[in-house]
Parts: sequence; C-alpha cells; structure tokens
Amino acid sequence: MKLFNQKTLEPSGVDTTDNASTEPDKEQPWQELGLKQDEYEEIKNILGRRPTSSELAMYSVMWSEHCSYKSSKIYLRQFGEKVTDEMKKYLMVGMGENAGVVDIGEGLAVTFKVESHNHPSYIEPFQGAATGVGGIVRDILSMGARPIAVMDQLRFGAPNHPDTARVVHGVVDGISFYGNCLGLPNIGGETVFDSVYQGNPLVNALSIGSMKHEDLKLAKASNPGDLVILFGARTGADGIGGVSVLASETFESTGPTKRPAVQVGDPFAEKVLIECCLELFHSGVVAGIQDLGGAGISCATSELASNGGKGMRVQLKNVLLRDESLTPEEILMSESQERMCAVVPKKRLKEFERIVNKWEVEYSVLGDVIDEDRLYINWGHEEIVNVPPRTVAHDGPVYERPVAYPAYQNELNENSSAKLPRAKNAAELATQLMQLIATPNQADKSWITAQYDKYVGGNTALSMPDDSGMIRVSEESGLGVALATDANGKYAYLNPYEGARLALAEAYRNVAVTGAVPRAVTNCLNFGSPENPEVMWQFKEATAGLADACLELGIPVTGGNVSFYNQSGDVAIYPTPVVGVLGVIDDVARRIPSGWQDDGNNIYLLGTTFDELDGSAWAKDIHDHLGGQPPKLDLAKEKLLADLLHGASIQGLIESAHDLSEGGLGIAVLEASLRFNVGARIWLGDVLDRDGIDQTSALFSESQTRVLVSVGREDDVKFQALCDARGVPCLRIGVTDATSGLVEIKDIADLKLEDIRHSWSGVMSGLFG
Amino acid sequence: MKIGVITYPGTLDDRDAQRAIRLAGGTPVPLWHDDDDLKKVDAVVLPGGFSYGDYLRCGAIAAKAPATKEVIRLAAKGLPVLGICNGFQVLVESHLLPGGLIRNEKQHFICRDQKLRVENNETAWTSLFEKDQEILIPLKNGEGGYIATDDTLKMLEQENRIAFRYVENNPNGSMNDIAGITNERGNVVGLMPHPEHAVEAGFGPDTPTAMRSGIDGLLFFESVLKMVVNS
Repeated sequence: MKLFNQKTLEPSGVDTTDNASTEPDKEQPWQELGLKQDEYEEIKNILGRRPTSSELAMYSVMWSEHCSYKSSKIYLRQFGEKVTDEMKKYLMVGMGENAGVVDIGEGLAVTFKVESHNHPSYIEPFQGAATGVGGIVRDILSMGARPIAVMDQLRFGAPNHPDTARVVHGVVDGISFYGNCLGLPNIGGETVFDSVYQGNPLVNALSIGSMKHEDLKLAKASNPGDLVILFGARTGADGIGGVSVLASETFESTGPTKRPAVQVGDPFAEKVLIECCLELFHSGVVAGIQDLGGAGISCATSELASNGGKGMRVQLKNVLLRDESLTPEEILMSESQERMCAVVPKKRLKEFERIVNKWEVEYSVLGDVIDEDRLYINWGHEEIVNVPPRTVAHDGPVYERPVAYPAYQNELNENSSAKLPRAKNAAELATQLMQLIATPNQADKSWITAQYDKYVGGNTALSMPDDSGMIRVSEESGLGVALATDANGKYAYLNPYEGARLALAEAYRNVAVTGAVPRAVTNCLNFGSPENPEVMWQFKEATAGLADACLELGIPVTGGNVSFYNQSGDVAIYPTPVVGVLGVIDDVARRIPSGWQDDGNNIYLLGTTFDELDGSAWAKDIHDHLGGQPPKLDLAKEKLLADLLHGASIQGLIESAHDLSEGGLGIAVLEASLRFNVGARIWLGDVLDRDGIDQTSALFSESQTRVLVSVGREDDVKFQALCDARGVPCLRIGVTDATSGLVEIKDIADLKLEDIRHSWSGVMSGLFG
Repeated sequence: MKIGVITYPGTLDDRDAQRAIRLAGGTPVPLWHDDDDLKKVDAVVLPGGFSYGDYLRCGAIAAKAPATKEVIRLAAKGLPVLGICNGFQVLVESHLLPGGLIRNEKQHFICRDQKLRVENNETAWTSLFEKDQEILIPLKNGEGGYIATDDTLKMLEQENRIAFRYVENNPNGSMNDIAGITNERGNVVGLMPHPEHAVEAGFGPDTPTAMRSGIDGLLFFESVLKMVVNS
C-alpha cells in the first residue's frame, strides 16, 4: 500500500523542505490522511510553508485522535486537577508519561496501564489482540520496569451471532499466543457479551510492571550529543496509517487508500527485547527510552525530543528495513511491533552494543540529540523534516466538541424496571437463579482463562476466578499488589456519571475484598464518536464522575487511554469506562479468596440491600429490559467497607470475601460455593425484614457496597464487634457446608452443586467449542 | 549441590526453576544457551518457555545450542537432566528421549492443575515419590500431545520408562496418557507438566485443604539432590 502515489510525489520520489519552499502551492492529500482543513492550515502556520509529505505524515498521525487526545484532553485534565496532596503521596509519575508509577513501599514501585486495541481486533482479531498485549507491555517496559502480569477486558457481541465466534476465537487465541509467549501471567480481566458490541468489540489490555525506585526511566532526550538508537525488530509495512485511519474513522467509510493495516506481532522478538532492555537499564547505558507503538518513529522521535526540551537530528536512511521499497513517509508512520528507541550517551555506545549483541537484537544509530528546538530528519543528503518537535508531539489541536443531552435519555431513565413482574413463587425464583448463572455473562469463563498461563513467574497469589488478580512483588517480604478492573456498560448507558463512579467503586471493592488497600487508578474510556454531541455528553459526564469519585475515595488516576469512534454505522456502543484499581498488600500470604473452603463457617452479608433492579442482570437477562437508573452509590460507605475488610484481614478474621455485583446476592452465593466446590445453607428472612425488600430483590438486586464473607466460628464475636465498631451493616445469612453437596436457600431452593456447576461450566465451550 | 538451569532466548520458566531448586535446598546456577561451559553442575534443568519462539518446531533450534550439545554429551555419562515442557521438547528433539510432541488435541493452549500418577520412582528425579503416587502440579502448554511409534510405545511400556501418566483427564491427547518419560538409565526425565510451579505454598495449585497450597513438585528437585549427595 502506498499512501503517496505518483500524483502527490515529486518525480525524484522524495519531497524535501526545499521543495516545500519552492513549490508552496502543491496539492497535498491532507484530507485522506484524516486532517481537517483548519488543522492543515495550522501546520502551514507553524512551519511558515506547506509541510513536506513526510512532515504531513507525521502531523497527521500525531494529531489523530488516538495520539493527540484532541477531543478528550479538556476533560482528562480534571484527573490531574481533582486531587489532593494526600492523593499524590504515592504517585511517582502521573498522567502523560507512558504509564503512571506508584510507590508501593520498601523502595519498590509498580507501573500499570490499560489500553484499547478495539478496532484492529475487529478487523483481524488474532493480530489485533496480540499486538494490543505487546503494545501495553512495551509501555510498561519503557518506564524501566519489568512487566510482571497482564489482564484483559473483553467485550463481544451477542454470543449466538454468527460473527461472534470469529472474534472470540481470534481475540482469545491472540492474547494467549502473545501473553503466554512473553512469560507474563494473565491474572484476570472481564468478558462481557452484549449485542451493542457486535460490530465493535472492545479489546482492552492491561499490564503491570515492577521496579526499584531508582530504576525509573523517562521518555526524554535531554542531553545534546547523546545518540538516538532504534533497536528491536526491523521496520516493515505493517500498520502504516493504522493510527490515523483506525482511530479516526468508522469502518464503513474506509476507502481504498484508507484500508486499515493491522500490525503483526512476534512475541518471541518482544520477549528477547524485554530481557535485553532490562539488561540495558540495569547497566545504566540508557538515558531515555521510548517504545514504538502508534505513530512509530514519528512519535518516538518527536516525543523524546519534546519531553527533553531539546531537538534531534535523524538520518532516516539508517532505519533497518524489512522491506527496502518503503518510502520515507511510510517509514515514519510504520507501526511495526517490537521496536524501542533509546537515547544513549556516546561514550556508552560500546556497552550498549555488547548487550544488544548478546541478545542478538538488531539496532541502528539514527542520529543525535541537539541543543536546538528542532527535529531535523534527513533522507540521505536531503532534508525531509524540519519542525519544532513540540508542535508534533504535544501542541496538537484541542477541541471542545459540542455536547448535547441525549434525546433518548429521559425516556430511558423513566422506563424503570419497577413494572417488571416479580417471581411469583419459590420455584420461579430458583429457575431464574439457575437461568442467570447459565447466561454467557455470568457463566464460567475458564474456557477463556484456561488458555492463559497464570503460573509463569511463580508469584501469582490470586487470579481468575477470584475478584482481583494478585502478584507478589517482593519474594523477601511478601509485599504484593492486587489489581481489578470493572465497567458496567449498562449502568453507564443509563447514567454515564454514575456509571463511571460505579465502575470505580466495583474495582475498588474487588481489590478490598482480597485484603489489599486500594492505592491508584487507571482507566480505558471506550466511547462512540466524539463528533456526536450525545456521545460527547456521555464522555463529559463519565470523566466528571470518575474524577469526582477518585477524589472522594482518595486514590489518584495515574494514566489511561481513550478510545473513541467505537460504533458501527450510527449506533454507538454503551459508554464503557473500564476502570482499573491497584491495591497494595504488605504480605500476599494473607490474601483472601472469593469462595469458602471450610465446613461450618458463618456466612455474613455486609452492606444494605435496596430494591435496585434497574440495569441489573435480572432485568436484562430474564426480562430483556434495560431502563431506569443504576444503583445508587455512597462512596463514604464504600470506604468504610474497604477499611473494615482490611482490618479484618490483618486480624485474620475472614476466610473468604466476594463482592456482590452483577446478578446480586444469588449469583454471589453460587460463585462463592463453586470456587472450591463447597456448599452452603442460606436464609434470607433477616435480610427481607431488616431491609424491607422482597425475595426477588434479596436475590437479584445489584445494590452497591455489599460483600459476602465467611468467618470461622472462633472469630465470630470478634468479627461482629469489628463491624459494629465501624458501623458496617452485617447480617449472618448462612453457614458453609462441605458435606451436603448442596446450596440450600431456605424457602426458595435446594440446588445441587453438581447441577449448578454443570449449567455454569458448559456455557462457553457449548458456544465456542 | 549445584543445579544448572539453561536459559535460551524465549525461555520463560527459568527463574521459576531456579526458585524451585533453592526451595529444595540446592544452589541454582544460571546457564546461557550460547555457552558450552556447564560450570561443573551436578544436574541440569531445561526449563519451560518458547525457546527461539517455537520456530521450526518446538525445541528444535534449542536442541542445537552449544549448551544443549554439552548436556547431551554429559547425559551419556549419567548427568541428571530434567526437561520441563519446552525442556521436554528439547530433550525429544535432541534424541535424549524418544517420541515427539504435537499440538494439543483441542488445538488450544491449556493451563490447568493436573493430576499425574508416578509410574516410575526409580529415576534421578522421582526417587522420593511412592510408586503409583498421585500428584497434582500445573500443566500449561500448547504442544503437549505425546506421540511415538507403536514400537517405541511398546518399548517404553515394557522397559518401565513411562515416568508419569495423566490421571482422570488426558489434557492434550497424549498417547497412552503419557505425561513424562525417562531414558534407559533413569538420569534423563522429560515431562510436559510443571513441577517448578508446585514448590511453594501460596503459589501452587489449589488443594482440598487450602488455596494454592500444592507443593508436590518439590520432590522432583529433592529427589535429585538426594541422589547427588548419595553418589
């Protein structure tokens, strides 16, 4: 694919800065590259002439939505503004870098981030998902950290739609192929099915890395004279124009020159690159480092120079190519995977060479850092780029897009689930519960998670199906981190402000139930077209909700990613703000599983149940209804609950703890029983009396700030006293039973564990083989 | 007691194997694929992973590495060698063990806690197990289906060279439920499941007693250490 055909190229094949001055009026394909008229004019303004075709390529890709955050920037600022000094206490690197860095104590830090690879994963699910993992792992690596785990947040179309299996198989195979081959344990994630994601599945990938404080690296070139070195895989034709085309347009409008090009991944090359980089970092030869992802060399050179407040001189002919026929414009835009760009002091070059040679990694010196606010790129003796780096990397356009309250919103919110028929008797309740546990969204996901290596590294303390993933960071002390991600698109559709808060609260709770203390937040905001004012309203609401909620919980956003244009035709996906919460645990040995294993322990329900079925799994999956308002959320109580769980965990009072979310108490009880195949006897009478609700609500309401815990009899008194002291509502609702093989819910159902397991575990393999 | 762990480009479970050796009471010695100096170790582990990206065939390129050639030479003299997962594939490609390993029957990579039966407790790596003891260790592979000719299978059965068999569930379509085999002398053992991931309470497979408490893998390493001490 040539982006610049004969018509737009000089006869010599290269458009130089000289040409740009001598032929100022030459027609340029700015529109095809996704630039708007005023953006093109602005480029001419900055340069005082028309851009060369190479400069045009760089600006177009760096000013795309994906790289420049031009529609979201004004809203993302509040994540940096709505913070207190207390929240910044553990924040070593905040938003704006490749990934945020959080101090976890003992001189150690972790860096984590979640990023989308939605569009490529629909076009070519296997490579799209694989390179999604590869990209986020390089982000983590480029902070100086050793990547230690991955997670993935997946949203697919309707399970029975003919195209869904293609996407599911491709995406899961891609993540499995790439992540397993990198030797990174996959410790959790989400899988959701909904027809709104049919033409636009969401594939978000998260990675976390750990490092010593002093190993922190930044993407900047600040010392004139230092060398700029590209190393790793050779540069090929993959992903050319991927960034600007894929992130800026819907699929339907892709013309011939905009054919999206998905990158191809080689996890072996990345694994070697990781080890090579870590050795380079360790030896101290690297002054600055940047991974190559979206926008390739355009991004790496301009960002390194801009971040360092310096300039750079680059010889593009020095780039090692996989395909010698690539044009300079294509080389600048190529998104070939498994490449890194290092800034290395001249006198350390020998040592750099020794290490990359050991790992048999190819490299080439592209140029050097200069004490001038200019990025010069030459193609042989001809100058093809001469720009202020900051204008490419950071001073892109910023839009305040029109915002409009959606026309459908009032009707949606008035359409409450109150009118839906409640179950008439015990038999119907039992049937509904068994129906829900067998829906693809509630069913066992081990068909997916069994394709991922969760053991490699030997530090996985929790993984699926527990509520958080947990990784030991220090083998000496047991210090570790817990990570959970959540998003309920239905809630966010009903109320984007509340939906974002609810996503944060759920991830926060999922971390708290393991005994860890929530410390920091990342996010991946998946939305429709920002050019649609109703979508922009959703985005505005969701970002405000998330920022406000972070402030209230006292944990900062450390970074994240925005993915717009998630729609097919005019139909946008549900706003899906995926929120990840990182927690710290001083010793992973005291982590708490999500299910009960011992016999005769007491089961408690913490929190209050309200009649809240709007947006619930019960409303959607039993009655095919979505409307009303999502459950209400009191973050002060959420904090109280998390503190209680931490205190109880420190004292060793809790044997298991499981967050109540989709499907309510009913689903939580079944999941906690399935975890270790240990049954329970449950009674709901006290909940009905205390909270004034009916059986349907007791089982299926999705009221927030609730957790199901099991407590050894010897710790009962202590535990209840702790709850009373902290003012957390606590009700004994049952007892674990390791012998009966039953989940008995008094007056409602006696369910055999093997029947539940059969219904729950066969769903995914039934659908996808 | 020094036990070497070879790292090839693309090896993943090398640090895990080193930890297992340490927890068993040995001293792990990192070995580099490109170096034929095995540093006078008393035994060698070829760990799991995707050496050379599984290009050509799993283990095929690693079988030609300088370090592997030295392993082949010393194995003939009785050096205890354990190949885990990709390491097993390397042993098969090196012809230290017979047969081959192909894509899992269901085509997917599979990660699960796997029950095995110890069929032969007279090898360098299994002497501390009871014969027919059932153990639980993680399994994780994409190409773990063991195949061999009828003659080879017959020979392995007759000579008691099947070290481990899958119990209850054959996860990858391996012939005769074979999870691991040994050479005639009993010093070289290869298996697909991962003993090095069941060596530390809290990070192994779930057991009926407690979450992630399975440490059945530790006996592999303790067995070889005991043997080395006794010799």
